[in-house]
Amino acid sequence: MSRLVAWAIFLLGCLYFLLPLLGMGEFSLRMRRGEYSLDAYRVVFADPRFWETFGYSLGLAAATIVMGVVLVVPTAYWVRLKLPQARPFVEFVTLLPLVIPAIVVVFGYIRLYNTSSFLPLTGSALGTDILLTMGYTTLALPYMYRSVDTGLRTIDVTTLTEAAQSLGAGWFTILARIILPNVMVAVLSGAFLTLAIVMGEFTMAALLNRPAFGPYMQLLGANRAYEPPALAVIAFAITWGCMGLMQLVTRFSKHERAKA
Amino acid sequence: MSYLNLSHLEKVFGQNRVVKDFTLGIDKGEFISLLGPSGCGKTTVLRMVAGFEAPTSGAITIDGQDVTGLKPNNRAIGMMFQAYALFPNLTVAENVAFGLKVKGVARDERAARVEEMLALIGLPEMGARFPFQLSGGQQQRVALARALAPRPRVLLLDEPLSALDAKVRVSLRNEIRAIQKDLGITTIFVTHDQEEAMSISDRIVVMNAGIADQVGAPFEIYNRPTTRFVANFVGTLNTFDVSVEDPGLGRVSLAGQPLTVPGLPDGARKGDVLPIALRPEALRLGQLPGAEAVLPAVIEDVHFMGSVIRLTARAAGAQLSMDTFNRADQPPPVPGQTVEISLSGRDAIVLRG
Repeated sequence: MSRLVAWAIFLLGCLYFLLPLLGMGEFSLRMRRGEYSLDAYRVVFADPRFWETFGYSLGLAAATIVMGVVLVVPTAYWVRLKLPQARPFVEFVTLLPLVIPAIVVVFGYIRLYNTSSFLPLTGSALGTDILLTMGYTTLALPYMYRSVDTGLRTIDVTTLTEAAQSLGAGWFTILARIILPNVMVAVLSGAFLTLAIVMGEFTMAALLNRPAFGPYMQLLGANRAYEPPALAVIAFAITWGCMGLMQLVTRFSKHERAKA
Repeated sequence: MSYLNLSHLEKVFGQNRVVKDFTLGIDKGEFISLLGPSGCGKTTVLRMVAGFEAPTSGAITIDGQDVTGLKPNNRAIGMMFQAYALFPNLTVAENVAFGLKVKGVARDERAARVEEMLALIGLPEMGARFPFQLSGGQQQRVALARALAPRPRVLLLDEPLSALDAKVRVSLRNEIRAIQKDLGITTIFVTHDQEEAMSISDRIVVMNAGIADQVGAPFEIYNRPTTRFVANFVGTLNTFDVSVEDPGLGRVSLAGQPLTVPGLPDGARKGDVLPIALRPEALRLGQLPGAEAVLPAVIEDVHFMGSVIRLTARAAGAQLSMDTFNRADQPPPVPGQTVEISLSGRDAIVLRG
């Protein structure tokens, strides 16, 4: 009986999540009157702005991931190793982007880094891209930090560090050759969340006037009927592709399989 | 001058003085055990030698070089941990090669050294495996090979056998000792297991509340403990109160029977009541010819341990433990049975401190 109830709840959950997706997918195929077609997808893929904005956001997502890893992995590692008493404070700081709206952050940036400021980052495209990457890193911080911190919890950071030190390793070697490879799945999970955030982010890119994928989706959604759901389906496909890649990495990494 | 010198080491954590004026000289190739209960400071001493803790005061020298201020990665010290601490993302061979790679040893030389180390620990075929594919004992062997590969000046063992089952523990400790003797490497072994310490050490440092209570060879520590703590901590003791009869001759009286004990404390006077201790093996079941005293006792418990039988009995107002060898033709007494126990004053330890 309880098994039946469990199945019923599971199916209900599946329906709750899948029905809107199915509806959206079905709607995206109805561009041609009276029959299903991939016209909406064709239009999207034929639009050069799609590729431009998609490529731009993907590049910025990569930069954000690198920035996030460089910032978060050593920080989370150091907090676990040397400053465990500072953990609540660091967690609070990393959670701030969830409570401070992106619009507040971006207006702060514009005020601080405008063309008449001491560091006029908004004065050039490259400078604005750097600023946007910083903003994205901040937005992704809660997810990246939590992912990495959870990964670090699965290994004995202190003993592994001491073992490596006793073998002559310095901090960089310990981080690059011992800590990072052992939290790689966690880092990938943080990276995937960062990618999802950057690809869909609208506020910062729009206010800094950069050709990102988020503003493009918004523009398309405001003016077209069938292309936006097609875009959403594409975005889902990318997301699921990333998840599949993560699974593959976990599966092919022998020592990670041991943890499972 | 000893090879490894720990001189007047102190370590204070907040208000807590964990290690107090700890001084010890260790010769090259010597195997020293730091033995003591949890919280006695033995691991802190080891961690100070490794460089993971900075001494509050005092100095550490290795082969004449002052290493007190050196970082752990510059001390050329090998270490084995209780939790193995093998790098999970590296294979056995890569784990063993790690220290060599960090040192910049050439690839060919590295491979040869790894092969040599794996042969030394008896796992020559395991190089391609990951740590999770090995048993606990195998993992600890690899940890030993990894620690020894860069040819460290000192080997530190932080309770490396505690996580292993009893049988593996015994075989691995013998292997560690054999390899240590073979390589002649100066070794400090931290343990709270007295049997482990006594079976493999050249000398034992018994630690209590941050100080070295007694330093000596296992035989000396067991048979001639200098403090009550050491006597109680190392091995099992039966303590009796005796009254002094003739301090000059070391004569005392136990439950009305005369005994002659070695080394009564200076200043002991006739009529003083002193505690003496006897090891379980110093008590014999039955009336033994030549024994100074024979006490009546009632058996309370019998523990059959294979070759040895440990009896718990009550005699002269004290509960005592005694060991007797198992003999197939001589069944042990049963609880409640009244027996006689023989003992001699020369086996007694007069407790001080």
